Amino acid sequence: MQDLLPAALVTGASRGLGRALARRLAHRGHPVVLVARTPEPLDEAVQEIRAQGGTAHALVGDLGRPAHARAIAAQATTLVSRIGLLVHNASTLGPLPMPPLADTTPEDLAEVLEVNLLGPFRLTRALLGGLALGQGGTVLHISSDAAVEAYPGWGAYSVSKAALDHLSRVWASELHEAGVRVLSVDPGEMNTRMHADALPEADPAALADPDEVAAQILAILDDPARAPAGARVVAAQWEARA
Amino acid sequence: MNAWTAADSPRGVDQQRLLVIDPKGSCSWSTMARKLPQLLDPGDLVVVNDAATVPASLPVHSPGGRSHELRLATTGGPAGWWAVLMGKGDWRQPTEQRPAPDLIGAGDQLALPDGTYATVVERSPRSPRLVSLDWGRPDPAVLRLLYAHGRPIQYSYLRRDLQIEEVQTSFGVRPWAVEMPSASRPLDWVALAALRQRGIELATLTHAAGLSATGDDALDAQLPLPERYRIPTATVTAVARTRARGGRVLAVGTTVVRALEGDAAQHGQLRGGEGQTSLIIGEGFTPRVVDGLLSGVHEPGTSHHRVVSAFAPADLVDHALQQAAHARMLVHEFGDATLVLPGVAQHGRIAA
Repeated sequence: MQDLLPAALVTGASRGLGRALARRLAHRGHPVVLVARTPEPLDEAVQEIRAQGGTAHALVGDLGRPAHARAIAAQATTLVSRIGLLVHNASTLGPLPMPPLADTTPEDLAEVLEVNLLGPFRLTRALLGGLALGQGGTVLHISSDAAVEAYPGWGAYSVSKAALDHLSRVWASELHEAGVRVLSVDPGEMNTRMHADALPEADPAALADPDEVAAQILAILDDPARAPAGARVVAAQWEARA
Repeated sequence: MNAWTAADSPRGVDQQRLLVIDPKGSCSWSTMARKLPQLLDPGDLVVVNDAATVPASLPVHSPGGRSHELRLATTGGPAGWWAVLMGKGDWRQPTEQRPAPDLIGAGDQLALPDGTYATVVERSPRSPRLVSLDWGRPDPAVLRLLYAHGRPIQYSYLRRDLQIEEVQTSFGVRPWAVEMPSASRPLDWVALAALRQRGIELATLTHAAGLSATGDDALDAQLPLPERYRIPTATVTAVARTRARGGRVLAVGTTVVRALEGDAAQHGQLRGGEGQTSLIIGEGFTPRVVDGLLSGVHEPGTSHHRVVSAFAPADLVDHALQQAAHARMLVHEFGDATLVLPGVAQHGRIAA
């Protein structure tokens, strides 16, 4: 009876890629805990999954607030017993429109790092007892091509994602023996609110559908041979399964 | 007698010493906690409590409008939430010096600063200040309240107040403990990796480690209260496997002893699953699941000391504690550690 798929926790799950991932994971049979800051869109995402027969729970929390990581882990563990798949998807661009580094205040940079880097670090630590003491599991970091390329105006976000990629690699090297697969995925440019916030003039038709990308990410999760622990993979290189 | 000293701030594994007692070899010595993995043998099993520590101290107003500290005593479970009401004051005052709380009873409401309240379901016959509470919401929502309003339970012997991160064990994940299962302090992730590399097996259970001091002597004498536990099937089979290969079962913390022995006592053998135990372990108790114990350094007269006494003869424990006192080993939550394990002396020369 415990042969069910492990429960997943997805941050930033009320819209965009996070919501699509939560929906697809639930459709597969994973119980899913959806974490987001604002209750209304979060409840809507949970209701949508439940209406399709999936198991979903709403958990309001802010990865940018240090005290929230333990609170999120405590509530999630009570809702679903154990988180076996942790998806760090929530992130912030920082101030909009995105300023060059010279106009970025140290406080703005610190806030971006708090949400995009320290938040995932804290939450992984808070859930480690359910992952690395023999049970095993997967930790997935959602990265960006800005982690690799140096685009003007993307300073704070780029720095946070480059650090997140490296956080992912070091976690992977330390947790591999304990049966935890840690990896990061660059989802590519998607038609999401975040993309519109960053580049309002972009043509939505030229951008990937987050639901398609979510399908590619599930294919990545299914493919430990090509996407082993410590890998940084580009979603667009994966075929989504039908 | 000797005055025992408590560690006055949180310390890491590399600062922690380890008192080792071998009831089989009838000897004891002290070493560093970092040496623990070398003292165990391949094939041994280490069982830990994976309870996370919740912020169990809440500011509340009594029906009379006076401010009190509410301390959760045991969390969750079908029996609901038991809590202790403490009079005005803060953690700098030893609990026994705090003024008595208002007397409250069934139907009374205890309100948090935002107006959310818990209703008293009943007052325990154990003590007028011990009450069961109904928060009128499911467990995850109660946790939400705790994390929004609560702080960790504090200790008057510490120099400063503790933050929530500082009362977590490295692997605590299930929000059941109201105080840190502090016996796990020697097991950081470096130590856990060393155990694994040495071929020592790890297993988990969850035990709702309860309140250690209530400010009421009569109630303190009845601690620990009945506490909830959950033993996964994987842990039951790991114990059986260890037995079959002749390994030893080491319980990390008196909470783990209580869960394993309580479950075995209730069912005739270790069965696992969820349960509640009121088993009190002391001298004369014959453990049937657990061979040894990793715990803090506990001065005579404490309930933890009585648990240690179930694993080694009284004169050996007395002698070891005299050594510990002489070496100024530290007691309480952030102090040094004790390992009681039969046969451990064969590694003594390597690790001393």
